[in-house]
Amino acid sequence: MKDIIAELNKAFDHRVRLGIMSILLVNDWMEFNAFKALLEVTDGNLASHIKSLEKEEYIEVKKQFVGKKPNTTYRVTEKGRKSFEAHLDALEKLLNIRP
Amino acid sequence: MTQQHRQHLETLQEIRSIMERSSRFISLSGLSGLSAGVFALAGAAVAGAYLGRWPFGQDDYYPFKLAELHRWGLEAWQFFLIDAIVVFVGALGSAVFFTTRKARLKGQKIWDPLVQRLLINLAIPLMSGFVFILGLIYHGSVGLVAPAALIFYGLALVHASKYTLNDIRYLGAAEIVLGLVATFFLGYGLLCWALGFGVLHIGYGWYMYRKYELKAPN
Repeated sequence: MKDIIAELNKAFDHRVRLGIMSILLVNDWMEFNAFKALLEVTDGNLASHIKSLEKEEYIEVKKQFVGKKPNTTYRVTEKGRKSFEAHLDALEKLLNIRP
Repeated sequence: MTQQHRQHLETLQEIRSIMERSSRFISLSGLSGLSAGVFALAGAAVAGAYLGRWPFGQDDYYPFKLAELHRWGLEAWQFFLIDAIVVFVGALGSAVFFTTRKARLKGQKIWDPLVQRLLINLAIPLMSGFVFILGLIYHGSVGLVAPAALIFYGLALVHASKYTLNDIRYLGAAEIVLGLVATFFLGYGLLCWALGFGVLHIGYGWYMYRKYELKAPN
Protein backbone atom coordinates (compact mmCIF):
# COMPACT_ATOMS: atom_id res chain seq x y z
CA MET A 1 0.00 0.00 0.00
CA LYS A 2 2.76 2.43 0.96
CA ASP A 3 4.67 1.66 -2.23
CA ILE A 4 1.69 2.48 -4.36
CA ILE A 5 1.10 5.77 -2.60
CA ALA A 6 4.72 6.61 -3.35
CA GLU A 7 3.93 6.05 -7.04
CA LEU A 8 1.36 8.83 -6.99
CA ASN A 9 2.85 11.92 -8.53
CA LYS A 10 2.78 15.04 -6.38
CA ALA A 11 2.79 17.21 -9.47
CA PHE A 12 -0.72 15.99 -10.35
CA ASP A 13 -2.10 16.34 -6.86
CA HIS A 14 -4.56 19.08 -7.71
CA ARG A 15 -7.86 19.25 -9.53
CA VAL A 16 -6.73 21.88 -12.03
CA ARG A 17 -3.47 20.15 -12.90
CA LEU A 18 -5.29 16.85 -13.31
CA GLY A 19 -7.74 18.63 -15.57
CA ILE A 20 -5.03 20.20 -17.72
CA MET A 21 -3.29 16.85 -18.20
CA SER A 22 -6.56 15.03 -18.95
CA ILE A 23 -7.40 17.54 -21.66
CA LEU A 24 -3.94 17.43 -23.20
CA LEU A 25 -3.87 13.64 -23.28
CA VAL A 26 -6.74 13.61 -25.79
CA ASN A 27 -6.18 16.95 -27.56
CA ASP A 28 -3.22 18.40 -29.42
CA TRP A 29 -2.26 22.07 -28.94
CA MET A 30 -4.98 23.56 -26.75
CA GLU A 31 -5.47 27.26 -26.11
CA PHE A 32 -5.39 28.93 -22.73
CA ASN A 33 -9.02 29.98 -23.06
CA ALA A 34 -10.14 26.44 -23.84
CA PHE A 35 -8.75 25.29 -20.49
CA LYS A 36 -10.47 28.17 -18.77
CA ALA A 37 -13.85 27.22 -20.20
CA LEU A 38 -13.51 23.50 -19.55
CA LEU A 39 -12.11 23.72 -16.04
CA GLU A 40 -13.92 26.86 -14.87
CA VAL A 41 -10.93 28.54 -13.21
CA THR A 42 -9.62 32.09 -13.08
CA ASP A 43 -6.75 33.32 -15.26
CA GLY A 44 -4.27 33.62 -12.40
CA ASN A 45 -5.09 30.24 -10.94
CA LEU A 46 -4.81 28.51 -14.30
CA ALA A 47 -1.57 30.31 -15.20
CA SER A 48 0.16 29.22 -12.01
CA HIS A 49 -0.81 25.58 -12.51
CA ILE A 50 0.31 25.67 -16.11
CA LYS A 51 3.62 27.16 -15.05
CA SER A 52 4.24 24.39 -12.54
CA LEU A 53 3.52 21.68 -15.12
CA GLU A 54 5.76 23.51 -17.57
CA LYS A 55 8.58 23.59 -15.02
CA GLU A 56 8.37 19.81 -14.68
CA GLU A 57 8.55 19.63 -18.50
CA TYR A 58 5.23 17.80 -18.61
CA ILE A 59 3.79 20.28 -21.09
CA GLU A 60 5.30 22.50 -23.75
CA VAL A 61 4.26 25.96 -24.81
CA LYS A 62 3.98 27.55 -28.22
CA LYS A 63 3.59 31.30 -28.46
CA GLN A 64 2.64 32.88 -31.75
CA PHE A 65 0.63 35.72 -33.14
CA VAL A 66 -2.70 35.31 -34.86
CA GLY A 67 -2.98 38.63 -36.63
CA LYS A 68 -1.99 41.04 -33.90
CA LYS A 69 -3.30 38.96 -31.01
CA PRO A 70 -0.87 36.77 -29.10
CA ASN A 71 -1.96 33.16 -29.10
CA THR A 72 -0.52 30.66 -26.62
CA THR A 73 -1.12 26.96 -27.04
CA TYR A 74 -0.03 23.95 -25.02
CA ARG A 75 0.79 20.35 -25.72
CA VAL A 76 1.73 17.40 -23.53
CA THR A 77 5.36 16.21 -23.77
CA GLU A 78 6.38 12.56 -23.98
CA LYS A 79 7.60 12.80 -20.40
CA GLY A 80 4.31 14.31 -19.32
CA ARG A 81 2.27 11.59 -21.02
CA LYS A 82 4.31 8.80 -19.40
CA SER A 83 4.19 10.40 -15.95
CA PHE A 84 0.46 11.03 -16.11
CA GLU A 85 -0.28 7.50 -17.28
CA ALA A 86 1.85 6.13 -14.42
CA HIS A 87 -0.11 8.34 -12.04
CA LEU A 88 -3.42 6.98 -13.38
CA ASP A 89 -2.15 3.40 -13.07
CA ALA A 90 -1.23 4.06 -9.44
CA LEU A 91 -4.68 5.53 -8.76
CA GLU A 92 -6.32 2.47 -10.29
CA LYS A 93 -4.17 0.10 -8.25
CA LEU A 94 -5.14 1.94 -5.10
CA LEU A 95 -8.80 1.47 -5.98
CA ASN A 96 -8.38 -2.24 -6.50
CA ILE A 97 -7.11 -2.85 -3.00
CA ARG A 98 -9.84 -3.92 -0.60
CA PRO A 99 -10.17 -1.29 2.09
CA MET B 1 -15.22 2.34 1.09
CA THR B 2 -12.77 4.59 2.89
CA GLN B 3 -12.51 8.32 2.48
CA GLN B 4 -9.30 7.89 0.49
CA HIS B 5 -10.90 5.37 -1.81
CA ARG B 6 -13.82 7.61 -2.55
CA GLN B 7 -11.49 10.49 -3.28
CA HIS B 8 -9.42 8.48 -5.77
CA LEU B 9 -12.55 7.19 -7.45
CA GLU B 10 -13.89 10.72 -7.83
CA THR B 11 -10.57 11.81 -9.28
CA LEU B 12 -10.66 9.09 -11.90
CA GLN B 13 -14.26 9.85 -12.82
CA GLU B 14 -13.42 13.53 -13.13
CA ILE B 15 -10.51 12.74 -15.45
CA ARG B 16 -12.71 10.56 -17.62
CA SER B 17 -15.39 13.23 -17.81
CA ILE B 18 -12.91 15.97 -18.74
CA MET B 19 -11.34 13.82 -21.46
CA GLU B 20 -14.82 13.15 -22.83
CA ARG B 21 -16.01 16.75 -22.67
CA SER B 22 -12.83 18.16 -24.19
CA SER B 23 -12.64 15.81 -27.17
CA ARG B 24 -16.20 14.95 -28.17
CA PHE B 25 -19.25 16.96 -29.10
CA ILE B 26 -21.86 15.44 -26.81
CA SER B 27 -24.81 17.76 -27.35
CA LEU B 28 -26.03 15.82 -30.36
CA SER B 29 -29.71 15.29 -29.63
CA GLY B 30 -31.56 12.03 -30.24
CA LEU B 31 -34.55 14.08 -31.38
CA SER B 32 -32.37 15.29 -34.28
CA GLY B 33 -32.15 11.74 -35.58
CA LEU B 34 -35.81 11.14 -34.95
CA SER B 35 -36.99 14.19 -36.87
CA ALA B 36 -34.55 13.58 -39.72
CA GLY B 37 -35.98 10.06 -39.96
CA VAL B 38 -39.54 11.36 -40.16
CA PHE B 39 -38.63 13.70 -43.02
CA ALA B 40 -36.80 10.89 -44.83
CA LEU B 41 -39.69 8.49 -44.44
CA ALA B 42 -42.18 11.09 -45.68
CA GLY B 43 -39.93 11.87 -48.65
CA ALA B 44 -39.61 8.18 -49.49
CA ALA B 45 -43.38 7.69 -49.23
CA VAL B 46 -44.03 10.56 -51.64
CA ALA B 47 -41.37 9.17 -53.99
CA GLY B 48 -43.03 5.75 -53.79
CA ALA B 49 -46.36 7.30 -54.71
CA TYR B 50 -44.79 9.18 -57.60
CA LEU B 51 -43.22 5.99 -58.91
CA GLY B 52 -46.53 4.19 -58.35
CA ARG B 53 -44.79 1.55 -56.29
CA TRP B 54 -45.61 -0.16 -53.03
CA PRO B 55 -43.02 -1.31 -50.57
CA PHE B 56 -41.74 -4.86 -51.09
CA GLY B 57 -42.97 -4.87 -54.68
CA GLN B 58 -40.31 -6.37 -56.89
CA ASP B 59 -39.31 -4.68 -60.09
CA ASP B 60 -35.58 -4.61 -60.64
CA TYR B 61 -35.99 -2.48 -63.70
CA TYR B 62 -37.96 0.43 -62.38
CA PRO B 63 -34.88 2.70 -62.13
CA PHE B 64 -34.50 2.34 -65.90
CA LYS B 65 -38.06 3.49 -66.58
CA LEU B 66 -37.61 6.78 -64.77
CA ALA B 67 -37.01 8.78 -67.92
CA GLU B 68 -40.48 7.89 -69.22
CA LEU B 69 -42.27 8.94 -66.05
CA HIS B 70 -44.44 12.00 -65.97
CA ARG B 71 -46.82 12.49 -63.11
CA TRP B 72 -48.40 15.37 -61.21
CA GLY B 73 -47.17 17.67 -63.99
CA LEU B 74 -43.56 16.94 -63.13
CA GLU B 75 -40.76 15.23 -65.00
CA ALA B 76 -38.94 12.60 -62.94
CA TRP B 77 -35.85 14.74 -62.48
CA GLN B 78 -37.93 17.74 -61.39
CA PHE B 79 -39.87 15.65 -58.90
CA PHE B 80 -36.77 14.06 -57.38
CA LEU B 81 -34.94 17.36 -57.18
CA ILE B 82 -37.83 18.97 -55.26
CA ASP B 83 -38.33 15.90 -53.06
CA ALA B 84 -34.60 15.72 -52.25
CA ILE B 85 -34.32 19.41 -51.41
CA VAL B 86 -37.40 19.40 -49.14
CA VAL B 87 -36.22 16.28 -47.29
CA PHE B 88 -32.65 17.54 -46.98
CA VAL B 89 -33.59 21.02 -45.73
CA GLY B 90 -36.24 19.63 -43.38
CA ALA B 91 -33.99 16.95 -41.92
CA LEU B 92 -30.97 19.22 -41.53
CA GLY B 93 -33.02 22.13 -40.19
CA SER B 94 -34.76 20.05 -37.54
CA ALA B 95 -31.50 18.30 -36.61
CA VAL B 96 -29.79 21.64 -36.08
CA PHE B 97 -32.79 22.93 -34.12
CA PHE B 98 -32.90 20.03 -31.63
CA THR B 99 -29.15 19.88 -31.16
CA THR B 100 -28.89 23.63 -30.57
CA ARG B 101 -31.71 23.34 -28.08
CA LYS B 102 -29.97 20.53 -26.19
CA ALA B 103 -26.69 22.45 -26.11
CA ARG B 104 -28.48 25.51 -24.76
CA LEU B 105 -30.26 23.47 -22.08
CA LYS B 106 -26.94 22.02 -20.99
CA GLY B 107 -25.28 25.43 -21.07
CA GLN B 108 -22.79 24.35 -23.72
CA LYS B 109 -21.56 26.37 -26.61
CA ILE B 110 -22.91 25.25 -29.96
CA TRP B 111 -20.18 26.71 -32.13
CA ASP B 112 -16.85 25.60 -30.71
CA PRO B 113 -13.80 23.76 -32.08
CA LEU B 114 -15.45 20.41 -31.28
CA VAL B 115 -18.44 21.12 -33.49
CA GLN B 116 -16.21 22.38 -36.25
CA ARG B 117 -14.10 19.25 -36.09
CA LEU B 118 -17.21 17.06 -36.12
CA LEU B 119 -18.69 18.89 -39.12
CA ILE B 120 -15.47 18.79 -41.13
CA ASN B 121 -15.11 15.07 -40.54
CA LEU B 122 -18.72 14.46 -41.50
CA ALA B 123 -18.42 16.67 -44.55
CA ILE B 124 -15.43 14.98 -46.18
CA PRO B 125 -17.13 11.61 -46.87
CA LEU B 126 -20.51 13.28 -47.43
CA MET B 127 -19.27 15.74 -50.05
CA SER B 128 -17.34 12.97 -51.81
CA GLY B 129 -20.55 10.95 -51.87
CA PHE B 130 -22.55 13.90 -53.15
CA VAL B 131 -20.20 14.48 -56.09
CA PHE B 132 -20.04 10.73 -56.76
CA ILE B 133 -23.85 10.59 -56.91
CA LEU B 134 -23.91 13.54 -59.32
CA GLY B 135 -21.55 11.44 -61.45
CA LEU B 136 -23.92 8.45 -61.28
CA ILE B 137 -26.83 10.62 -62.39
CA TYR B 138 -24.71 12.12 -65.16
CA HIS B 139 -24.01 8.61 -66.47
CA GLY B 140 -27.66 7.64 -66.08
CA SER B 141 -27.00 5.06 -63.37
CA VAL B 142 -29.86 6.34 -61.24
CA GLY B 143 -30.48 2.90 -59.74
CA LEU B 144 -27.22 3.19 -57.84
CA VAL B 145 -28.05 6.57 -56.28
CA ALA B 146 -29.84 5.15 -53.21
CA PRO B 147 -27.18 2.51 -52.44
CA ALA B 148 -24.38 5.07 -52.88
CA ALA B 149 -26.14 7.57 -50.60
CA LEU B 150 -26.48 4.91 -47.88
CA ILE B 151 -22.88 3.74 -48.16
CA PHE B 152 -21.31 7.19 -48.13
CA TYR B 153 -23.58 8.36 -45.29
CA GLY B 154 -22.68 5.26 -43.29
CA LEU B 155 -18.97 5.84 -43.86
CA ALA B 156 -19.38 9.46 -42.76
CA LEU B 157 -21.08 8.38 -39.52
CA VAL B 158 -18.49 5.72 -38.72
CA HIS B 159 -15.74 8.25 -39.37
CA ALA B 160 -17.36 11.07 -37.37
CA SER B 161 -18.22 8.85 -34.39
CA LYS B 162 -14.73 9.54 -33.03
CA TYR B 163 -15.77 13.15 -32.50
CA THR B 164 -19.21 12.75 -30.96
CA LEU B 165 -21.34 10.15 -29.17
CA ASN B 166 -19.80 6.81 -30.04
CA ASP B 167 -23.22 5.22 -30.62
CA ILE B 168 -23.51 6.64 -34.13
CA ARG B 169 -20.73 4.24 -35.15
CA TYR B 170 -23.23 1.37 -35.12
CA LEU B 171 -25.84 3.41 -36.94
CA GLY B 172 -23.18 4.06 -39.59
CA ALA B 173 -22.34 0.37 -39.86
CA ALA B 174 -26.01 -0.49 -40.33
CA GLU B 175 -26.34 2.13 -43.12
CA ILE B 176 -23.32 0.67 -44.90
CA VAL B 177 -24.76 -2.87 -44.77
CA LEU B 178 -28.11 -1.64 -46.15
CA GLY B 179 -26.31 0.24 -48.91
CA LEU B 180 -24.30 -2.81 -49.90
CA VAL B 181 -27.42 -5.00 -49.98
CA ALA B 182 -29.21 -2.39 -52.11
CA THR B 183 -26.25 -2.36 -54.52
CA PHE B 184 -27.12 -5.89 -55.57
CA PHE B 185 -30.92 -5.56 -55.44
CA LEU B 186 -31.59 -2.37 -57.35
CA GLY B 187 -35.34 -2.94 -57.15
CA TYR B 188 -35.16 -2.50 -53.41
CA GLY B 189 -33.24 0.79 -53.60
CA LEU B 190 -36.08 3.03 -52.46
CA LEU B 191 -37.09 0.56 -49.75
CA CYS B 192 -33.52 0.35 -48.41
CA TRP B 193 -33.27 4.13 -48.56
CA ALA B 194 -36.47 4.44 -46.51
CA LEU B 195 -35.21 1.84 -44.03
CA GLY B 196 -31.77 3.43 -43.70
CA PHE B 197 -32.60 7.13 -43.60
CA GLY B 198 -36.10 6.77 -42.16
CA VAL B 199 -36.60 3.77 -39.91
CA LEU B 200 -33.01 3.50 -38.62
CA HIS B 201 -32.88 7.24 -37.87
CA ILE B 202 -36.16 7.11 -35.98
CA GLY B 203 -35.19 3.99 -34.03
CA TYR B 204 -31.73 5.25 -33.23
CA GLY B 205 -32.89 8.76 -32.43
CA TRP B 206 -35.43 7.42 -30.00
CA TYR B 207 -32.85 5.09 -28.42
CA MET B 208 -30.34 7.94 -28.02
CA TYR B 209 -33.01 10.29 -26.69
CA ARG B 210 -33.98 7.76 -24.02
CA LYS B 211 -30.39 6.92 -23.17
CA TYR B 212 -28.97 10.44 -22.91
CA GLU B 213 -31.85 12.85 -22.46
CA LEU B 214 -34.84 11.26 -20.77
CA LYS B 215 -32.90 9.37 -18.12
CA ALA B 216 -30.20 11.96 -17.57
CA PRO B 217 -31.77 15.29 -18.51
CA ASN B 218 -28.66 17.26 -17.62
